[in-house]
Order: sequence, then C-alpha cells, then structure tokens
Amino acid sequence: MTGWFNAHFVSMVDGVAYGLLLFTLAVGLSLVFGMMDVLNLAHGTLYLAGAYAAYALSDGSWLGLVIALAVGLVVGLVGGGLLAAAVAPLQGRGHLDQAALTLGISLIAAEVMVMLFGAEVLPTAPPAALGGSVSLLGHTYPVYRLAFIGIAAVLAALVYLAFERSSVGALVRATVADRDMVRAMGVDTRKVLFGVFGFGAALAAVGGVLGAPIIAPGPGIDERVLVLSLVVVVIGGLGSVRGALLGALLIGQVQTLGVALVPSYAPFLLFGAMLLVLALRPQGLFAPGRA
Amino acid sequence: MSALQVRRSLLVGLVAFGLLMVPWVFGAFTVSTFTRALVFAVLAMAVNLLTGVAGMPTLGQAAYFGVGAYAGALVSIHWSELGVVQLVVATLAGVVAAVLTGPLAIRGRGVAFLMITLAIGEIGHSAAGRLDAVTGGTDGLSGIRPVVVLPGSEGLVNEGLIYYYVLVVAVLAYLGVGVLLRSPFGLTLRGLRDNEARLRAVGYRTDAYALGAYVYAGGLAALAGSLWASSQRFVAPGDMGFEIAALALLAVIVGGVGSMWGACLGAALVVFTRDYFGQIVSGHAPLLLGILFVLAVYLLPKGIAGGRAQWRSLFPAARAARTTGETT
Amino acid sequence: MSAQVPDAGAAVAGGVPAVAVEGLSRHFGSLKAVHEVTFAVRAGSRHAVIGPNGAGKSTLFALIAGALPATAGRVRLHGDDVTSLAEHARARRGLVRTFQHSSLFLSATARENVLLAVQRRHGVQGSPWRAVGRRRALLAEADEVLGQLHLLDRAGAAAGALSHGERRQLEVAVALATSPSVLLLDEPAAGMSPADTHAFQQIVLGLPQEVTVLLVEHDLDLVFGVADTVTVLHLGEHLITGEPAQVRASEAVQQAYLGAEDTSDLFLEEGP
Repeated sequence: MTGWFNAHFVSMVDGVAYGLLLFTLAVGLSLVFGMMDVLNLAHGTLYLAGAYAAYALSDGSWLGLVIALAVGLVVGLVGGGLLAAAVAPLQGRGHLDQAALTLGISLIAAEVMVMLFGAEVLPTAPPAALGGSVSLLGHTYPVYRLAFIGIAAVLAALVYLAFERSSVGALVRATVADRDMVRAMGVDTRKVLFGVFGFGAALAAVGGVLGAPIIAPGPGIDERVLVLSLVVVVIGGLGSVRGALLGALLIGQVQTLGVALVPSYAPFLLFGAMLLVLALRPQGLFAPGRA
Repeated sequence: MSALQVRRSLLVGLVAFGLLMVPWVFGAFTVSTFTRALVFAVLAMAVNLLTGVAGMPTLGQAAYFGVGAYAGALVSIHWSELGVVQLVVATLAGVVAAVLTGPLAIRGRGVAFLMITLAIGEIGHSAAGRLDAVTGGTDGLSGIRPVVVLPGSEGLVNEGLIYYYVLVVAVLAYLGVGVLLRSPFGLTLRGLRDNEARLRAVGYRTDAYALGAYVYAGGLAALAGSLWASSQRFVAPGDMGFEIAALALLAVIVGGVGSMWGACLGAALVVFTRDYFGQIVSGHAPLLLGILFVLAVYLLPKGIAGGRAQWRSLFPAARAARTTGETT
Repeated sequence: MSAQVPDAGAAVAGGVPAVAVEGLSRHFGSLKAVHEVTFAVRAGSRHAVIGPNGAGKSTLFALIAGALPATAGRVRLHGDDVTSLAEHARARRGLVRTFQHSSLFLSATARENVLLAVQRRHGVQGSPWRAVGRRRALLAEADEVLGQLHLLDRAGAAAGALSHGERRQLEVAVALATSPSVLLLDEPAAGMSPADTHAFQQIVLGLPQEVTVLLVEHDLDLVFGVADTVTVLHLGEHLITGEPAQVRASEAVQQAYLGAEDTSDLFLEEGP
C-alpha cells in the first residue's frame, strides 16, 4: 500500500493543486448560475485575462507578481461588472440567450487577446524565489505548486467561511435558495447579483494570475477552462460552495492521479466521471434545494 | 390562395431560384462556402429539432455529425463511391450511435441534458483523435474519393456539381423535417417542450418520445456529416469538436429557436461570417462571429425567424384557416 | 366519445367503486401530508373533496393520479390496484387529472392542446408521417370536445392568449378528450369570477354520466351545487364522507373549518 502511495504521491499532490485552482474558477460560476440562473460562458475568458496579465507583468520579482495580481483583480472586477451589466437586459429570456451572448463576448475577448499576445501558448514562469524544486518524501516537486496549494487553500478556506458563516454569505445563500423571498424582504437582489458576479469574476482572474505557471495562457485555454469549470459545477451542484470545492478536488485528482493510473483512457476520465455523477444524481452531489 | 400564401410561395420561389443560380454567379471559393453553409444548415436543423422543437437544448450533435462524416468517409475509401450508399450508411451509423447514447442523455432535462450532451460530444471528439486505425487519429482521414451520383458516372470534382449534390440532399432533408413537424409526432414534441408534466398526465410515455427525437436528430446530424465528408474530402476530429457544437447551437439561436428555415438561415450566416468575411479581417473570424452573436441577442430577441411568430400572434384569424401551427 | 369506458354498466349500477383509496399515506419526513386516508368514490358520482387549507387535498390528488408515489396504502381504479403504476399508465387506463394552476401547452392553439389528448387516445402520437391537419377524424373529435366546453370559436387562438376562465375550460377539455372514466378536477374554479364559476358549474353538471368526477375545491358554492358526495379532509386525515346535507350538518366538520363555537354561518343554503 505504501509503495503504491509513494509512487503516486506526486500525482496526488498535483491533483490537490489542480483541484484548488479549479475551485477558484468554478466557485464564481456556480454561484452565478445557482443564484441568477445565469449561464456565463465567458468565465474561462476571465481566467485567460488573468493568466495573460501574469505573463506580461510578472518578471520574476515579487513586485511583478503583486502588480499582476492587482491588474488581475481589477480586470476581474471590471470584467465581472461588465458581464453582469451585459446580461441584465436579458432578464427572463432563458439560458440560451445568455449562452449566446456570453459566448459571443468571450469570442471577441479571446480574439482580442490573440491579437495582443499571438497565437501560441505562452509558458509563464513563477516568481524567481519560488522557481526551484524541493524534495518531498523522496520526490522532487516544484516549489511553486506547493506555494500555490498553500495560497489557494487559504483562499478556499476564506471563501468557504465567508459563504457559510458570515452574514453576507447568509444573504448570498438565501438568494440562491429563493431569490423572490429575499427580494420580498426588502433586499435589492440586483446588488447581491452584481456583487457575486464581480466577486466570482475577480476570483477567476486572480486564479488566472496565480495559476498561469500551472495552466499557461494561450488560444483555446479559455474553452478548456470553461469546460472544466462547468464539469466541476455540474458535479458539485449549482450554487453550492462546498459542492464546488469537493467537485474541484475530485476532478483535480481525476485529471492528475487518474491520468497517471490509466493513461490510455485519459481523455475519457473527465467526462466519464461527470456522466457517472449525472446518471446517479442529476442535480449534482451537493445541490442546495431551490424553493 | 390567401395573400399570405401567395407571398410565401413567391418567397420560396425566389429563394429556390437564387439557390439554383449560385454556381453560375459566384466563383469557386464562394460556391464552396455555400456548400459548407448547406451542410451546416442540415446540422443546424438537427440541433433545432432537439433545442427548439422538443425543448432540449443540446451541445452534442457534433458527435453524430462526426460519426456520419467518418462513416461516409470510410465507405468512400473502402467500399463504394456512390453518394446514396454513403448517405444511407452514415445516417444509419448516426441512428445507432444515438440509440446507444440517447438513453443516458434523456435521463436529464434542461441543464443536466445539456451537460450530458456536452460530455458525449467531448468524448466523441477524444475518441476520434485516438482511434488512429479507424479515423486516422489527429491527422484526420484523407483519400476520400469524389462522390459518384449515378452508378458508372464520374466522381464529382467540380465545385458547382458538388454544390448541387449537397443542395438536393439538403432540400430533401428540409422537406423531410417539415413532414415530421406537421405530423402527430411533431405535435407531441412541441407538447414535450411546452409542458412535459401535462403530457404525462394525458398518458404519454414522454421518455420514449424524447428518445425518438434524439435518435432522429442523431441520424440527421450524421447525414450532414456524410455531406461534409463528400464535399470537403477530408475529415478530422476538429470537425466534431466543441466549436462546431457551439456554433450550431448559436446558429439556431440567431435564426430563431424552433424555426427550421430560421436555423438554416442562421447556419448560413455563421458559415459566411466565419469563412467569407473572416477572410477580410485576415483570419480573425471569431471576432466577427462574436460580434454577430452579441448583436443578434440584443437586436433580434426572437431570432431572425422570430418576427414571423410575432406576426402570427397578432393575426390569429390568419391561423384559423390552417389547423396546425407549422414551424418550418 | 366514451367508447372505452371499462365496466360502465356494472359501475353505474353501484358495483365496484370507480376509485378507492385504502390507508393511503404520504409523509415528507416527519410531515404527514396525507395519513391513512380511506374512502371510495362511487362510479358515476360527482364526488368532492374539501377541507381547510393544509388539509392535504392536493397531495391526495397527486397520489391518486400517480404524480406522487405513496408512502403507504393503496389506490384502486375500478377495483384494480394501480398503486405501483406511473402517472401516464394510470392516464391510459382512464384516470385523468387537471391541474390546479393552469397547465396547458401555451405555444399551441386551443385546438392543438386538445389534439394532443385526442391523438394519444387514437395511439398515433408517435406517427411521423401524415400531417395532423389532414387527419379528419382527429380534428372532428377535437372540435366536438371544444364545442362541449364552449371553446369552438377560440379553437385557433394560442393557449397563451386565452383568458383565465377560458384556460380553465381548456384544462377540462384536454382531460375530457382522453375519454376518461374518472376525471380528477383540481380546484377547477380557482381564480374564477362568480360568472365564470357559474358557467363552469353548468359544464360540470353537463359532463357525461359515465364519467366519474372527483373534484377538489375551495369554493363551497360550487361544491354543493355539483356534488352528490362530499369527503372532508383535515390535517391530512379523513374526517367524513357522506351526502352534502350530512356533511354540512356535521359538527366535526364545522369545528375543523372554524375551530370555533358559532358555526351557524358556515354552510348557508343559498349563496350570496
């Protein structure tokens, strides 16, 4: 048993890193979908914007990283706000129109980024201080990924606590469960919506900045990240932060440990897992009840 | 004939004339773009059947499109150059694939169904890239011979003739779908879209009809795939990827969900924007497509064909003369 | 139109009840929405189920129709145990319901709404060939039902464009077009004006005698104008089943509705 564990330890750690990265991406999508019933297909584009910011601004120094983070945060908030505003006039028109609009916006944004950065995948280096490898139980492992796990875990914990424990989180959870009821209580749900949209977008962009050394920016990456986020959201259940976290960690392991164990079936693992969950529990593993 | 019917017949006549004149008016590249638009229109009709008529939006029809394309290509390479044979085998392959995967898909409705179809599409895409022996893997399948229409005659290499071949099949498909929509099964599907619970309360086994629609759509998408293989003479995994599925769904939305001629028009618009106008902006076609979709959503809330539906609800008297609401 | 009513003769003569529920229960966790309810509906009767809010009437209806699985107990249709049958299977056997909140096919015309029921009855709902518009028999049958419900002049209008009263009528038309042996009407007069309700009362009175009608209703005027048997539910349990006069006079019923001493105003003979 320990032999197997030892051999696959690196994959599992990788899986945690990957999973936490997916969580930062998926949680915003899950909340927006669960709350506003809005299908935002431009979500992957937000990640891409953050990742490109990291590529362009982070020059190996801490300052560069901080600047990239700040830019990513701003881009995320602004992007999220713009998306929320763009989708607002479509109130009540259903998922298809939202999908068409957000997909259209993502096509435009992605193409603009290609025009700025070219059509190649741009491997992004982490800050020099975190650039090396370290020995972990007899395996060498990139320092940055460990650092990322630490940061992302803290971030995930903060998001989780805010959602489950704070009064703002309670408001958000109530709006997910029954938007009309919350509105009837006198709360301007539009502000809540915009807030969550902006927050989720900012998280995705920041995730892009921090995650660029793991998933590097390039054409088509936005689509890949979007599909991964959708799978996590579907597995975890719409509108559930806990679901997004556990779903992301599960998919993280599937994409790393799973691939290491059965490489010939690698492309099918992701969707196979999703189909399995949907076949057993179509509403996702942790879907909160909708009133 | 009422004024409405005269207008309609004139319009249909004009469109038919225009379509027939294409190879005489335009150059080879434009004609080939028209061909691709026709193929995409058939795929869009399959997507619309599920999305607009049965009320089950889908991102997975590209998988059956791919099945049909590869099946048609393999028939051409290894067995027969006859168009009819390729079309029949491809459609059957699509039907079989849909029968095998459909029961899983229809377990869900709405978002669950959408995601399952997305998964099916992506799995199909991955499979195409990996089954090297059969599909040529990521390099794709070439060596498809020019399609032969009449036994004994030459294969079609002229862009104009290929266009006509595709046009005939596409028109037949359009008419076939029209028959389906006016039939009791078509009414059943619209009932499924509007109120599945009520349909069950009236005695329908709704899952059976959802599956029926799914299988029909799979066969239709595969038919389009065979046309693709014959006209492009090259099939690759990218032809059944997420982009194709998304573009097909977007074409349906732009054209007006539920309307078949709208779906065809939307498909033509997408293909022309991407291939024809995309050339003008030196390869930044996605930019134009994105602008197209954003504009369509804001300016045409019900799609290109949506205006017609609004016209109908304004003048119910014009409908009383006919008893079924045609959505073709 | 009622060619396929099973055991019509025996049922009307007072033999096997059209619908019987035996110890029927539906629990949601600790909430006993319906608990051990037992009563029978005589074939050919007009049987109303009434009770204060929260009595479990709608849940009972859903259980009888098969839209909700029972936690315990049985449902019998003409003597056959249908408890394990799904909703569509019960509908095929002649047990058809209408919905409390209008549940129609809004994008289709009134005629098409009825046609959906008619084509199912004829078994052609899966046929992908001949256009519906060319099937004279189906169209004629649909128009006949529409005529009975006074909706023929609105046949070509989209269901979404109909007035509230017309929609409620269409609800009944769709159910009637399946040629049911048992018709479940779930608060058919909900939201109707007094004039509409009166018109509706005439429609219910005019329904074929072979069709057993079971209705849930709050409007007690309608109930006592139409029903020959009344069942009262209270807090998910069966209270009493009997003739209207009997039920009206029952103190237990009056207590359930008002929980108060002076109940003389509750069941007036003549409405306002």
